[in-house]
Amino acid sequence: MKFLDEYRDPVAARRLLAEIRRAARRPWTLMEVCGGQTHSLLRHGIDVELAGVVDLIHGPGCPVCVSPLESIDFARELSLREGVLLASFGDMLRVPGSRGSLLEARAVGGRVKPVYSPMDAVDLARRNPDLQVVFFAVGFETTTPTTALAVRQAKALGLRNFSLLVAHVRVLPAMEALVESADCRVQGFLAAGHVCAVTGCKEYAPFVERYRLPVVVTGFEPVDLLQGILQCVRLLESGRPEVVNCYRRTARDAGNPTAQRLVGEVFEVCDRPWRGLGMIPRGGLKLRPEFQQFDAEVRFCGATVPAIEDHECHSGAVLAGRIKPKACPSFGTSCTPDRPLGAPMVSSEGACAAYYRYAGANHLSG
Amino acid sequence: MCLAIPGKVVRWIDSDPLLGVAEVEFGGVTRRCLMACVPEASEGDYVVVHAGVAIAIVDAEEAARVLAELASLPEKVEWLERDEEETQ
Repeated sequence: MKFLDEYRDPVAARRLLAEIRRAARRPWTLMEVCGGQTHSLLRHGIDVELAGVVDLIHGPGCPVCVSPLESIDFARELSLREGVLLASFGDMLRVPGSRGSLLEARAVGGRVKPVYSPMDAVDLARRNPDLQVVFFAVGFETTTPTTALAVRQAKALGLRNFSLLVAHVRVLPAMEALVESADCRVQGFLAAGHVCAVTGCKEYAPFVERYRLPVVVTGFEPVDLLQGILQCVRLLESGRPEVVNCYRRTARDAGNPTAQRLVGEVFEVCDRPWRGLGMIPRGGLKLRPEFQQFDAEVRFCGATVPAIEDHECHSGAVLAGRIKPKACPSFGTSCTPDRPLGAPMVSSEGACAAYYRYAGANHLSG
Repeated sequence: MCLAIPGKVVRWIDSDPLLGVAEVEFGGVTRRCLMACVPEASEGDYVVVHAGVAIAIVDAEEAARVLAELASLPEKVEWLERDEEETQ
């Protein structure tokens, strides 16, 4: 496919690997923020190719992974209520809450449906007027315009049986929280290209100014990732903490103003707890008061039972980049994609799932 | 979750500001996508689609520039030689 296949070219990847090794005069530690990037890096064996040159720490950019247990437990409880249908993305349904996943709730009579888009949930509400459809809305800035559009559509259609359990999060405040933590080893960031397609690259300027760490806006294909790594290494080697956009074909400096306006009309910034990272100031979004009729936490009484974290699962440390998945004693033993203890082993963006699927893979050298 | 795929806008179906829809082709497969975030997209443009919603228009000139930069990188794989030196 155009604008995809060119960035999977093994010859270009080899050239970039050579350039990175030439440019790096000492080992550097970078964090790729997005879980989609983590999977691509592992899948193509880039982490192995760059061992000893660039250490890649995997960021918390997996929305399913950072959704608080309390929200999952509440979603599960809603799905078991009479007359409620709970819809969300497929990955979200498999994440274990403290009392089981949403799919397990379905097995005991819960009404749970996977959807591809929030718009599909609006459609479910339209076609099922006797059911209260709750969409469990998770995702970063890439996804928020989609949810905002669903809310606007539900309002335009006058739907009274559609609401959202909002767990939307914002990337930049989480990056700030990571850098502020005492044990942060990250020397440069590969920022998530599709988040920047919406928000723009400019919003990283104050972050770079404050923390003196380079941020390179990076895509998802192997060549994109290698270009981002090369640019970040060059900035580090020349002592230039700057924002550089290596994903210019998709992400503009100003982002997508139409999408930003749409999000701003429906959502406002709030503090939000991230699983593994704790409460992040300004780390999430909530519905604006004028859209409160679509807030599931207002429509249905909120959860009161405290959630219980599984102590065998070290996903908090994985999400904060403190340990790599294989350092968790449960990895691949009591925790596998078939029987996950934590969200990072479930999700198509979770770091643990990436290691389970691809560790040892080395496609670039093949 | 932030997975988004580029596809070609084949045909606008409805240009409503909120419910605007176009047919977008992904390697031979055509899907209807919501266009509210990229109302300025023209037929023939490539858009990046996430969860059924187009979130950005691909800048073909920037893409060409990056590919040209890549083509200008040296072909010689020098690090293999450096590896050998290091192991000696």
